[in-house]
Amino acid sequence: MTNIFVEALEPILAHHCKTSDVRRIESNDSGHSLFEKISDAGFFELLTDESDGGAGISTRDLFPILLLLGQYAVPLPIAQTIAARWLWKNHASIPNGLIAFAPHHTVKDELLICANIPMGRVSQFFVIQDRLGYKILNCADAINIYDSGIHGSLLATLNWESHAGQFFDIKNSPTDLMSLSASLKAVELAASIKKVFDMTLQYANDRVQFGKSIGKFQAIQHQLSVMAEHVAAASIAVQAAFDIETGPPSRMLSAIAKSRTSESAQLIAATAHAVHGAIGITYEYDLQIYTRRLHHARMAYGSESYWNQWIGEQVLASPSTQLSDFIQMTSQP
Amino acid sequence: MNNLLDNFQLARLPQSSDALRIEVKQFLNEAMPTLSADRRARSWFGFDPEFSQRLAERGWVGLTLPKTYGGAELDAFSRFVLVEELLCAGSPVAAHWIADRQSGPLIFKYGTEKQKSFYLPLICQAKAFFCIGMSEPNSGSDLSSVATRAVKTDQGWRLNGQKIWTTNGHQCHFAIALVRTSGTSADRHAGLSQFIIDLSLPGVTRKPIVDLTGDQHFSEIFFENVMLNEDALIGVEGQGWDQVIAELAFERSGPERVYSSIVLLDEWIKWLKQGRATPQRIAMVGRFTVHLSTLRNMSIAVTHQLVEDKSPVIEAALVKDIATEFEQHIPALLEDEMGSDPNEIIDPNLLRALAYVSQMAPTYSLRGGTREILRGMIARGLGLR
Repeated sequence: MTNIFVEALEPILAHHCKTSDVRRIESNDSGHSLFEKISDAGFFELLTDESDGGAGISTRDLFPILLLLGQYAVPLPIAQTIAARWLWKNHASIPNGLIAFAPHHTVKDELLICANIPMGRVSQFFVIQDRLGYKILNCADAINIYDSGIHGSLLATLNWESHAGQFFDIKNSPTDLMSLSASLKAVELAASIKKVFDMTLQYANDRVQFGKSIGKFQAIQHQLSVMAEHVAAASIAVQAAFDIETGPPSRMLSAIAKSRTSESAQLIAATAHAVHGAIGITYEYDLQIYTRRLHHARMAYGSESYWNQWIGEQVLASPSTQLSDFIQMTSQP
Repeated sequence: MNNLLDNFQLARLPQSSDALRIEVKQFLNEAMPTLSADRRARSWFGFDPEFSQRLAERGWVGLTLPKTYGGAELDAFSRFVLVEELLCAGSPVAAHWIADRQSGPLIFKYGTEKQKSFYLPLICQAKAFFCIGMSEPNSGSDLSSVATRAVKTDQGWRLNGQKIWTTNGHQCHFAIALVRTSGTSADRHAGLSQFIIDLSLPGVTRKPIVDLTGDQHFSEIFFENVMLNEDALIGVEGQGWDQVIAELAFERSGPERVYSSIVLLDEWIKWLKQGRATPQRIAMVGRFTVHLSTLRNMSIAVTHQLVEDKSPVIEAALVKDIATEFEQHIPALLEDEMGSDPNEIIDPNLLRALAYVSQMAPTYSLRGGTREILRGMIARGLGLR
């Protein structure tokens, strides 16, 4: 798979998003310098129309870039920012900065609350969607910001006064913010799942006990084989969602991708740690960077149960008498 | 780090397959016999020579074989579509199933011209049904230990031994069997050969085995001084093991490894649609849909490799292992679900389909290679062995 954008982004991430950089941003750094490196190289305009000075690439070509961001555990909402800039109708009015998605917000006691937003801690703006349309909120105007994760987490809950933010027009109305957020998170999950599997396979080959690599023991082999099955399933579920020319993935394929990757996240994280032993839960070893992501990304923008419920409703409302017919119809790009 | 997982690239069925799908659906509307849900739930175990012949009249048996031998000369994608529709309808396809899936392609790949021009037209006309003689009483997962032996004679071969768990062995015309032609079990994979055995020959005795649902779907076959002519050997003497492995890529990769419980699932969904949906049931439907959709794409990805003339042996093993788990989850979860409210009156047809699938589901991960064997193969594909 050759993609010139991937080839251009990879060295930037290899130099500026090493796991030591990820740890630094996750502890107290704003990530601004990494943001600038990616911004200066033009990556935020990948989807932007060529008439607006963007690269105008297809959704299909964006996909490997999203995988790469996940593979490097980039702790900034790069994918969301790229997508937000594509959604925006009037390109000139897009604010400069990192944009996180907050499709589920609540208004309570005169407050607009965006709870547990991934990478909320390092974002300059939040995009929300309500019945009147899309709105952008400036994080600098937030009344308060709470961390909603523990050590190393960038999950945050932000509160604004209830009428904060500005509406903006989007191109058409192709999809809802929830399924767009879920589809992007599903790719991050699939990339993390693959990375965790690769690290575990390597460890099983390297670690010697009882005079041989632990990967030579059948009990370990079978656990890795099952992991491999889940890696393949997660991978193909996100590929199916993003195999389109333009625009966001369909709600159904986003839902399938998020449900499938979320369901595998738990098994992959648990098996990886079991094979690694104690070293896997240390801060120093890189596995935790990815398994922490598996856990919170599984919950973000709807876990498997949330999406299974919606998918089940669609199946039961459909006139198809065979589930295979429903799947064929909804899998068309 | 490993190429195995890179081979799971999304592939799409070609547009031409849509037309075939419509034709198959129309055919099934007319030709599908009226069968209760638990009969249809037998999936590719339902044996009905008349139905197989009707399919053959449409040119849909031996689908991938060349036209010169009576086949339809369509690719593996077309077979995927045909098989998907036949299985989802619960049609009784067992009679021609093995011949269409693997014996025909095996004979086409390794057979002499004489063998091809004799067997392949018969397969395509649904006049020759095949079974596979692999397992023996003391050779299950350890297949290379087979003890059935063919010894060279002046006219051909003399065969002695026994096969077991042979699907529809008592109802088929021919078996393709893996037997030892030289050495001993200690030689493992060396010295094994494949033979096409006419099951009407003197010295062949067949006994059906009754399974736990009362069906007779598999059998024992005994060979006592069965005289085979030279032409019975298929492929190269001593290369039987490699031929069997290639054959298993066909056996393990198809949609039948995804859809074994589909009739039950569709019946349950139909029942739920009659005002019986609860949040828990809706979420279960959603989860099954997510898994089926993903497994179908994995199976199509492997089919794509067959279309490209590759032999995706390990990829097929990977899909079979995870897909049979899904097939087994369906009855396992539905038993709990349908027993969760003793006051609810459940359609007895649905209950019978559930009972059949629940009882037969253990075979899903036995036939065509056990989980333990498949996971060992995947581990080898990952470079661990």
